[in-house]
Amino acid sequence: MAQQDIVLDIRNISKNLGGKDILKDCSLKVARGELKVLIGPSGAGKSTLLQCINCLIPPDSGEIILEGTKLNPENTRELCAFRARVGMIFQDFNLFDHLTAIDNVSIALRKVRGMNAKDARDRAMEELGRVGLANRYLLYPAQLSGGQKQRVAIARALAMDPTVILLDEPTSALDPELVGEVLAVIRDLAQNGMTMVMATHQMDFARALANEILFMQNGVIIEQGTPQALLAEGAETRTRDFFTKLLSDGE
Amino acid sequence: MFDPEFVFEELLPALNRGLLVSIALIVPASILGFLGGLAIGCLRGFGAPWMRRLGDCYTAIVRGVPLAVQLMMIYFALPKLGIYFEPYGAALLSFIICSAAYHSEYVRGALLSISQGQIKAARALGFNTLQTVLWIVAPQAARRALPGCGNEIIYLIKYSSLAYLVTCMELMGEGKVVASDTFRFTEVFIAVGAYYLVMVTLATWLLNWLEKRYRIPGFGSH
Repeated sequence: MAQQDIVLDIRNISKNLGGKDILKDCSLKVARGELKVLIGPSGAGKSTLLQCINCLIPPDSGEIILEGTKLNPENTRELCAFRARVGMIFQDFNLFDHLTAIDNVSIALRKVRGMNAKDARDRAMEELGRVGLANRYLLYPAQLSGGQKQRVAIARALAMDPTVILLDEPTSALDPELVGEVLAVIRDLAQNGMTMVMATHQMDFARALANEILFMQNGVIIEQGTPQALLAEGAETRTRDFFTKLLSDGE
Repeated sequence: MFDPEFVFEELLPALNRGLLVSIALIVPASILGFLGGLAIGCLRGFGAPWMRRLGDCYTAIVRGVPLAVQLMMIYFALPKLGIYFEPYGAALLSFIICSAAYHSEYVRGALLSISQGQIKAARALGFNTLQTVLWIVAPQAARRALPGCGNEIIYLIKYSSLAYLVTCMELMGEGKVVASDTFRFTEVFIAVGAYYLVMVTLATWLLNWLEKRYRIPGFGSH
């Protein structure tokens, strides 16, 4: 690619909560088909940054530009349309408890996109099939395992045909044996060219699939680069220290 | 003591006539009262600050003033402002107003129990506030509130007997007339009491059925 196709351009986002700077001047550019991974100690601001990108937490300052159009968060209609194009996956799934798997996936298609019930169901079934849950479509969230819930949540985001997906530690609330099935789905998305920004502690996953790693600490992106560069043998980076520490803790 | 002619020729026809009026009060008042309470509860939970204050004031006043007084105000005081109601209309209106206030308390409690995460997820999908409340919050709040709201409907069946105060001739009103005419207070009010007991029992069955019908696995305490 000669000219990089920038999908999401975040400029100088800052956020202060209760007198404490949670984010200081964070900027990042995401090109189409790229997977950016945010890592860093807990409390670094990764989750806040992701939620500022779609204004679930409104940033105090900064610009959010999606495919060349700057978002005006004051305009509710524009903000809703923007959010419908930006998928979000949460740590604790946040499925709608009163809806079956298929209705969880199709409700936004019907209510936000205005699709008719039949088309929405067909589309939802297609997405559930993609995450391997076609045979679970009539189950309620309480009847699904953690990994299945997160896969339904991913199907729900995918059904909206998002331009970019934000993933906020999608495997942190899962039992260890369920992490794999969710990462496999995300890996498929990455390999099929989905644009994603993901906060995670899954270092092997980040190393294998990230186009770029951003290391955050105290609300600032302090290092940024390809996994190869940041994690090279002998590289004097905070990212590498953090990796090594997590790996040794794990053993 | 038991006088079949009095019971079958006089008492039961009068009570049956009253029962129809009672049902005509209770059914719309419980449905509209519940919907009104759901709307007010949602406004008190999610509305702009002035809406919340308005809803809180409404509930405080309606819950704080005896229903008999409200009924009298609607029937006897509103005409001074040029607003006239038939006895039936006055009774129905005051029951809806009263019932909605109590329902809104149950609904508000239920709203508070719905996770912020689901609301965030709805917003992240592009739902606006109204859509979030309508499609995500209200259906869950209604289910959570159903046991409490059922209790309120049982109360409504019984306080509907106050309608006779504004000369709306429902079950209690018809019973009272027969009793005053014949001085057979014991038989009449045992019969009236039995009619209410049967209505409450049927309503309890219906509410249990509704709870079962809308039950969702892993939702609530069943």
